[in-house]
Amino acid sequence: MDHESIVTIMKGLTMAIGGIFPAFAIGKIVAKAMEAIGRNPEASGKLFVPMLLGAAFAEAIAIYSLVVVFTLK
Amino acid sequence: MHIPTLIPEVLGHIGKINVTNTMINAMLATGIFLVVGILIKKSINLRPSGIQNFFEHILEMLMEYFDQVTGDRKKTLRFLPVVGSVFFFILLSNWLGLLPGTGSITWGGKMLLRPANTDLNLTVAMALFSVIASHIFGFLTVGFFAYGNKFIQIGTLIKSFKHGPIAIFTALVEMVVGIIELVGEAAKVLSLSLRLFGNVFAGEVLISVISAIAGLLIPTPFMLLELLVGLIQASVFAMLTLVYLSVATMEVHGESEH
Repeated sequence: MDHESIVTIMKGLTMAIGGIFPAFAIGKIVAKAMEAIGRNPEASGKLFVPMLLGAAFAEAIAIYSLVVVFTLK
Repeated sequence: MHIPTLIPEVLGHIGKINVTNTMINAMLATGIFLVVGILIKKSINLRPSGIQNFFEHILEMLMEYFDQVTGDRKKTLRFLPVVGSVFFFILLSNWLGLLPGTGSITWGGKMLLRPANTDLNLTVAMALFSVIASHIFGFLTVGFFAYGNKFIQIGTLIKSFKHGPIAIFTALVEMVVGIIELVGEAAKVLSLSLRLFGNVFAGEVLISVISAIAGLLIPTPFMLLELLVGLIQASVFAMLTLVYLSVATMEVHGESEH
């Protein structure tokens, strides 16, 4: 296998594997937020910002693997 | 199809400094703030109306948002110059990247305007500024040795000499933990800068690719997503800076008797 095909495969694999756990994490965060809103619909305004913050932190891990993909060549 | 490169393109020179297209965008954002600031200052009123009212409303919303972290309006007001300016600068440079002209106007074959946060130099500089500002505020608030004691815990070690061997052992372990905290500070800088850079750069690549594939109205949902992402990333950066500042200026715990 030559260098270029290895690089291409690794780029795809990095992003694919690196995106699994952040996806689960964001799903769990938002699911918990939905549950909390379901129990107490008036609290949805207070819940929105912390949920968004938590989702941004979890997404940052996927962004790290994206940056690694950019640096591969 | 022109996917933006990781390194921003150099457009010219001023003396020995390379002028890149992201630098032009950053200067544009700073210029806009300057002009708006001077406009508001000239016609400042105790009963606001018009543009001053609009910005006071935004500032009020921002301070409520920051109050969630600090819990204290006085502390928010103290940190507002650092955190608020970081927030507005990142927000404006992200949103300026969506205006028509970014990416299409060329200068000598290269893009003239490019979103400022797609430049790793800028994001690392802002992250360094935030983390170093938190340390400086910590030194100013808690005192030089008390703050240094949080990391290299020599004061705890010295105090524990009179408590016996177990306390000395605990103090040594805490000293190693404190040194590991220093590595955590470097991780903070990396995570702040890479999060912002990755989000904005990935959005830019996405929009370039979609615009090359399909024209007309199809890139519009992606540009709306970019709008939202710009806002969220600015607020996350500002919120994290505020958290670091608040934690650094927290009062030290008193000595507890075991």
